Amino acid sequence: MKYSSQSVALPYFIAAIGLFVGQIIFGLAMGLQYVVGDFLFPEIPFNVARMVHTNLLIVWLLFGFMGAAYFLIPEETETELYSPKLALLMFWVFLIAGAATILGYLLVPYSTLAEMTGNNILATMGREFLEQPLLTKIGIVIVALAFLFNISMTMLKGRKTVISIVLLLGLWGLAVFFLFSFYNPGNLVKDKFYWWWVVHLWVEGVWELIMAAMLAFVLIKVTGVDREVIEKWLYVIITLALVTGLIGTGHHYFWIGTPQYWQWWGSIFSALEPIPFFAMTVFAFNMVNRRRREHPNKAAVLWALGTGVMAFLGAGVWGFLHTLAPVNFYTHGSQITAAHGHMAFYGAYVLVVLTIISYAMPLLRGRAANSERSQVCEMWAFWLMTISMVFITLFLTAAGILQVWLQRVSDTPMPFMQVQDQIALFYWMRLWAGVVFSIGLVTYLVSFFVKGESKPLITA
Amino acid sequence: MNTCAQTLMPSLPVQAPAPAAAVRHLPGDLAIWVFIFAELLVFGVFFITYAFARSNNVELFNAEQLALDRTSGAVNTVLLLTSSFLVVRAVQFAQAGESRRAAPWLAGAFACGGGFVVVKLFEYAEKIAAGVSLSSSTFHMFYLSLTFFHFMHVILGMVILVAMWNGARNGRYGPDNMNGIETGAAYWHMVDLVWLILFPLIYVMR
Repeated sequence: MKYSSQSVALPYFIAAIGLFVGQIIFGLAMGLQYVVGDFLFPEIPFNVARMVHTNLLIVWLLFGFMGAAYFLIPEETETELYSPKLALLMFWVFLIAGAATILGYLLVPYSTLAEMTGNNILATMGREFLEQPLLTKIGIVIVALAFLFNISMTMLKGRKTVISIVLLLGLWGLAVFFLFSFYNPGNLVKDKFYWWWVVHLWVEGVWELIMAAMLAFVLIKVTGVDREVIEKWLYVIITLALVTGLIGTGHHYFWIGTPQYWQWWGSIFSALEPIPFFAMTVFAFNMVNRRRREHPNKAAVLWALGTGVMAFLGAGVWGFLHTLAPVNFYTHGSQITAAHGHMAFYGAYVLVVLTIISYAMPLLRGRAANSERSQVCEMWAFWLMTISMVFITLFLTAAGILQVWLQRVSDTPMPFMQVQDQIALFYWMRLWAGVVFSIGLVTYLVSFFVKGESKPLITA
Repeated sequence: MNTCAQTLMPSLPVQAPAPAAAVRHLPGDLAIWVFIFAELLVFGVFFITYAFARSNNVELFNAEQLALDRTSGAVNTVLLLTSSFLVVRAVQFAQAGESRRAAPWLAGAFACGGGFVVVKLFEYAEKIAAGVSLSSSTFHMFYLSLTFFHFMHVILGMVILVAMWNGARNGRYGPDNMNGIETGAAYWHMVDLVWLILFPLIYVMR
């Protein structure tokens, strides 16, 4: 660790992993609720478990992004972080606010939570992924602004690199687009239109910039390839992402009451959205092939390559499967959507955060890389989680195809719940795959505590 | 055309001249060619989608195509071809070591681009007044979308031409430093190329 202030990343990473565990516990609960409908009812009904699962995902990824920024920005800018104290203070604010929100979801009826937290002043609750009370949303803005202030001031006083500029652009974009969560028009078409300005422009927009920058940083470090080569690739990737993803937002505007030209625009541009992910995969493999050093952290290289592949498959391929309007007409809101959503989030964002943690955590603990035993354990975790996620996706895809056929395409369509009964087998299989995923996650946690001779830092 | 060897680390200046036939030279930055490829891909997909939509609506497309202003389109074609020619001349001057003489040619190319923009704006004004919109028909949707996306690329191309003009004025380009001007020229030629496909496809072919 070259700069002492990089150490503030450590609590962020630990919180990220902790919240990840929480997310998966609720994921398992819901997996069972799909097939045993009144599991945990009425204490934790499905809709509450779902809010907890999705909100924890987003918050732990945000902790991961912030930790990544606090780690890589001082190193890129070659100067200490502007205010480590502010970073630590915001850590506790975010963690406590987040915990309080989750407890609110679990302990209090949602309508009561709304009353308690001033939803009558400005109604922002009730929408998917944006269920947070107004107070929490304001808290997120404050934490984000303080974080951006800290990082930006650091960048202003230090060296500017393409990686840090792209990362900062992505992070500022993240904050700006989050502001649309406060805009809740009465007109339902507009409501849905602008909702995607948060969700799509996050995960198919600015988050791709963040991801690409993080990946580029780790690849420079572990391969030693010339910075200029990597930076050129980074420009290409983010250009492709923005060119395809901005108007690609239109693939969410097919059926919500917008003009019909969105079916054309959305299909055409979003069909090309896999390309930046393909470029990221080629980029990652190419850099590793051309590496100039054998970095002792083999696990980090595996996570990095895995990110490229799984993001391309989950976000790119599975996204493409249902992005064209004529297809989406039948598959919209089905288990196909769930299949894509899980592999995309895992492949792109879970894996990139775990990649940077894999690279940075040993350094934060005072070594270049973990012991061979520890790395092997970590790599087992990668494979268990990744393979089981592939199976989760395959099972949900099968469920989705059957669901769409029985409920929408067939000449004698069946009602929703009848179809759910028909596809229940796939839900059971998905649940077992989820159990294996959890074993992978436990293996991951264990890897942090495996002892052995670690690789010492070489100050060079 | 430029025969200087150039490594494929495009941001580095040319290391050493090599024999003419030894190394294949990519005019302009590798990154812009990736960008050009991406743009051509997007336009290509749009064109193919147009063809597909037309095949389902041949009569409608033929009828509404007649109402398009082919004269404006032809004028715009001449303007863009001329501007591309002017850019080629500018690049030749830079290659010959006369960077400052390249500048007025680039200004001329910019002016042609400006002419394209003006003609286009008049064309749009007339069409919009006649009730053409993204929702008035499928043909109109394609006509407006394709020409507008191209229009935006002309604008971007003109911004790039200004940057090239500035560089040329300051004597920045020469046989040892063609990367910047060739990069911009490649982009402008792409913009021209897209129009050369778009105009016959949308305005003329029946």
